[in-house]
Amino acid sequence: MKALGAGFATTLRHLWRKPVTEEYPEYRRALPERSRARIVLTHDPDGGERCVACYLCSGVCPVSCISMQAAEMPDGRRYAAWFRINFARCIYCGLCEEACPTAAIQLTPDFENIQRDILKLVFEKEDLLVDGCGKDKTYNFYRWAGVATAAGGKGAHEREAPPVRVRSNLP
Amino acid sequence: MFVWIAGIVLLLAKIGVILAVVLVVAAYLVWVERKLLARMQVRRGPNRAGKFGLLQPVADAVKLLTKEDTVPAEADRTIFLLAPAVVALTALLMFAVVPFGPPLTLWGRQVPMVIADLNVGLLFIFALSSLGVYGVALGGWAANSKFSLLGGIRGAAQMISYELALGLSLVPVVILAGSFSLVDIVAAQSRVPFVLVQPIACAIFFIAAVAEIKRIPFDLPEAENELGAGFHMEYSGMRFGLFFIGEYVHMQVLGALVAVFFLGGWHGPLLPGPVWLLLKMMLVCLVLIWIRGTLPRLRYDQLMALGWKVLVPTALVNILLTGMIVLL
Ligand code: SF4
Ligand code: SF4
Repeated sequence: MKALGAGFATTLRHLWRKPVTEEYPEYRRALPERSRARIVLTHDPDGGERCVACYLCSGVCPVSCISMQAAEMPDGRRYAAWFRINFARCIYCGLCEEACPTAAIQLTPDFENIQRDILKLVFEKEDLLVDGCGKDKTYNFYRWAGVATAAGGKGAHEREAPPVRVRSNLP
Repeated sequence: MFVWIAGIVLLLAKIGVILAVVLVVAAYLVWVERKLLARMQVRRGPNRAGKFGLLQPVADAVKLLTKEDTVPAEADRTIFLLAPAVVALTALLMFAVVPFGPPLTLWGRQVPMVIADLNVGLLFIFALSSLGVYGVALGGWAANSKFSLLGGIRGAAQMISYELALGLSLVPVVILAGSFSLVDIVAAQSRVPFVLVQPIACAIFFIAAVAEIKRIPFDLPEAENELGAGFHMEYSGMRFGLFFIGEYVHMQVLGALVAVFFLGGWHGPLLPGPVWLLLKMMLVCLVLIWIRGTLPRLRYDQLMALGWKVLVPTALVNILLTGMIVLL
């Protein structure tokens, strides 16, 4: 009985408390940087496209909403000829971002991405590409990877020893 | 002949007014309930449609009416389609015997402010409330889905455990008023409302009636968190709306009945009769909402135990005591 009374008193008291509701369209809470919504493709600090079309994001995506076609620049640098994300299927799990070796694909806090026509939710590479580096300001895949491109020849990458000359190295 | 036609017109007018009031109040009861519940949970509640969300019931009605009316392929069509109507209809019909004011004198004639002054009004109410359970049980059964069926069965089983207490709790009222007619019962309370004379009967009636209208803490047939929506799970559009209207009209019926049996009906100082009745009804409805905001749902066996082991014996003892006192 006493417990019942306490319960009723509590609800009655709450009746006079100020609601804690945040009213969305009028008040937009600043979302944390890492919240997961619309996906973008970023550039490296030197201004090149980061994506190397390795298909890792497309492979890891649980709903298979990423598709692309790999291509190669004259200097050996890989890129995506076309890159497509179907946001009508994306569940914003963030796995693509985790899988990406080049920090190219990133989720942003912009969640107000709604269309009447479902086909408008299919984003092409032009729609996905943004200027700037996104969350990782410094990383440039080709400065680390041991691939000879315009960003550096053999042995010129970060923390890379000069190539061993096989012939003169023999005992 | 003229008197006869005038009588019919008057009757229709009364029915129309009551129907309109009851339905509008039902719609706004939903709004009040959502608002109050929200405030009890430190939320805001509906506030988009119109000022303070006052147009929310209109928006809800439009939505329900324009929704597709689906019938499950395996359902028993006729019963499935009829069940919601049974629930809403029995709830509405109960208002026929509720007196809502002192007799009015129009053109030198007495006009009773009640649609039908049945001399067995109380039994009529019980009969309808038992019939209303058919809507629940059959609706749950006809949908041919296991959760609906469980809800329907719970509805039927719940009825067994409260119906007896509901009936027994009102016997002292009948003893005191000496009549089954709701008009006479109200008249008998012109000086003292029965809640002061019969607080135990009032409590039992209230608890049993909350079970009867299937509201928290006795909303076992619906039980959102175990059964989805229970008996009305497969319903959509306005058929679901009918169940909904039924529930909120039932709330008002309960309010009106508590007012008539225990709070003195339309009796009250200053204000006219119907206003008092409405105020008392609303008071009961607010208490119901408050209960919903506070109590968790009882378990099935707890409800049975409460009905059979507490309410029925208490009601019987209460009848005995009242009888003895009246005899002495
Ligand atoms: S967030 Fe998840 S679902 Fe969306 S594209 Fe990336 S991996 Fe696929
Ligand atoms: S976005 Fe990243 S994971 Fe996806 S293809 Fe490009 S480099 Fe690979």
